[in-house]
Amino acid sequence: MMKNFFAAATLIFAALLCRPAAAELKTIHSEKSLYRNIFVTEEGDLRCLTFRRATAGTRQTCKMMSNPNHLYFPYTRMMIGSLFMKPHPGRVLIIGLGGGTLPMTVHALAPEAAIDVVEIDPAVVKAARNYFGFVTDDKINVHEEDGRVFVKKAIAQKAQYDLIMLDAFADDYIPEHLLTREFLEEVKTVLAPDGVVAANTFSSSGLYPYESVTYAAAFGTFYNLKQANRVIWAQKNNTLPSLATLQENAKGLDAAMTERGVSSSELLSEASTKVDWATNTRLLTDQYMPSNLLNAAR
Amino acid sequence: MQKFAVLGVSCWSGFLLMALELLSGRILAPTFGSSIYVWGAIITIFMLALSFGYLIGGRMSLKPPKVSTLCGLHLLSGLLVLPILAFADPVLNSIFDYTQDPRLGSLIASVILFFLPACVCGTVAPYAVRLLVDDPAAAGFYAGLQFFFSTAFSAAGTLLTSFYLVLILEVNQILYLLLGITAVMAATAFTLSRRSAS
Repeated sequence: MMKNFFAAATLIFAALLCRPAAAELKTIHSEKSLYRNIFVTEEGDLRCLTFRRATAGTRQTCKMMSNPNHLYFPYTRMMIGSLFMKPHPGRVLIIGLGGGTLPMTVHALAPEAAIDVVEIDPAVVKAARNYFGFVTDDKINVHEEDGRVFVKKAIAQKAQYDLIMLDAFADDYIPEHLLTREFLEEVKTVLAPDGVVAANTFSSSGLYPYESVTYAAAFGTFYNLKQANRVIWAQKNNTLPSLATLQENAKGLDAAMTERGVSSSELLSEASTKVDWATNTRLLTDQYMPSNLLNAAR
Repeated sequence: MQKFAVLGVSCWSGFLLMALELLSGRILAPTFGSSIYVWGAIITIFMLALSFGYLIGGRMSLKPPKVSTLCGLHLLSGLLVLPILAFADPVLNSIFDYTQDPRLGSLIASVILFFLPACVCGTVAPYAVRLLVDDPAAAGFYAGLQFFFSTAFSAAGTLLTSFYLVLILEVNQILYLLLGITAVMAATAFTLSRRSAS
C-alpha cells in the first residue's frame, strides 16, 4: 500500500518535472527605466516585451522567434493593413516603438519609405534593438522624445508624412495628451493631403465612445477595425478610398502580407465605417483629457 | 474665531497649491509633453517658489500681523491664476518658438506661469503661524497645527483634482473654480476676524 503510494507520488512528481519547457516563462531582461518597469520574457518560442510586471503586466509586443516576420498580435496586422490605404508611402511617422514590429515591417513592405520613429523611453529603444531585432539604417530614424513634442517640431519644419501610425502606449493606455482633438489636428497638419493615419486603440474600454467622437471630429468618417484592439484608418478632410480600391491596392502586397500572417481579405472584411458609438459623447480636448480615468471605467 | 479664520485660509491655500501643481502638468503637456523632464521642471519651480514665499511671508510677519493681510495674500494667490487662464496658450507657443527642448522650455514656462501664485501660496504659511502664536512656548504646537492643516488639504487637493475634477471639468473651469473658492475663503476669513475683533 505504502509502496504504491510512493510509486504514484514519484510518477506525479516526475510528470511535473517533465512538463514541456514551453509552459515556462523566463525573464531574460528586466530594467527599471525612467518611466516604467520593462521586461523581456520568453515562453517557448514566444518572446514578449512587457511593461509593469513580467507575468501579469501588459504585453506591448510579442515575436515568434522561429518565424520573426509573423505578426503575432492582431493589432499589428490591422496597423500594417493601413498600407492598403497607402501602398507606397514616401515618408512614414510612427509614434511608439515597442519591439519595433511596425517600423521593421513597414520597412520590409515599403523599402523606399523614409521612416521616423518616436519613442519616449530610451530603455524601450535598447530592448527593441537587443531582443527584437530592431535595426536602424539610413531609412529608419529613431527620435527619443515625447510624441507630441516631435509632431510640434515637425509642424515648425513643415514636414509632410504620407503615413502616420499612432501606437504610443504607456503601461495602461495611450498617454492622455496624445488622445485629444488638438493633437489630432496637429497630426493632420503634418499629414500630406492624401496621407493616411492609422491609430491603435482599445475596443472594450469605457473610453471607446470618447475616442471615436474625437477621431470623427478630426477626420470625419474613418475605417474602424475591431478585434481585441480597435484600429482606425483615416484620411484628411473626410476622404476615404472605397473598399474596392483597398482590395486593388492589397493585391500588390498580398505575398508579403501572407508571409507575415496578414490576410487582406480577412482584414478588409472587418473594415467598417459604421458609427457604433454614442455621437453625443464628450470630445477629448487639451482642456478635458481624463482618458485614463475613463479607460478604467470599463 | 481668529484662529479658525487663519486655519481655514491655511487649509484652502494648501488645496489651491497642489491642485494648481497638478493642473500645471496638464497645461504644459500639449506643448512640452509629459516626459519626466516636464514634471521635474514643474516640481522644481513650485519648490523654489514656495521657498521664496516662506522667506517673504516670514519677513512680512515681523511687522504687527493682521488677519486682513493674510486674507489679502490668500486672495492674491488666487488672482494670480488669472494670467494662466488668459495667457497660457500664447506664452507656451512663444516659448516653443524660442526653444523646443522640453527641459528648458518647461522650466521657462513654469517660471512665467506658476512661480508667482505658488510663491504667494508660500507666504501664507509663516504669516499664518505668526497669527496663531500668542505664546512663544506654544510656537511649535501652532506651527505643527498649521503645517498639518495645509499639508492635509494639499493631499486632498491632489487627490480630488487628479481623480475627480478632471473627469468632470475642463482645466480652465477647474482654475476658475479654485479662484472662486479662494475669493470666498479670503472674504469669509476677513469677515470672521472682523466680527471677533469688534
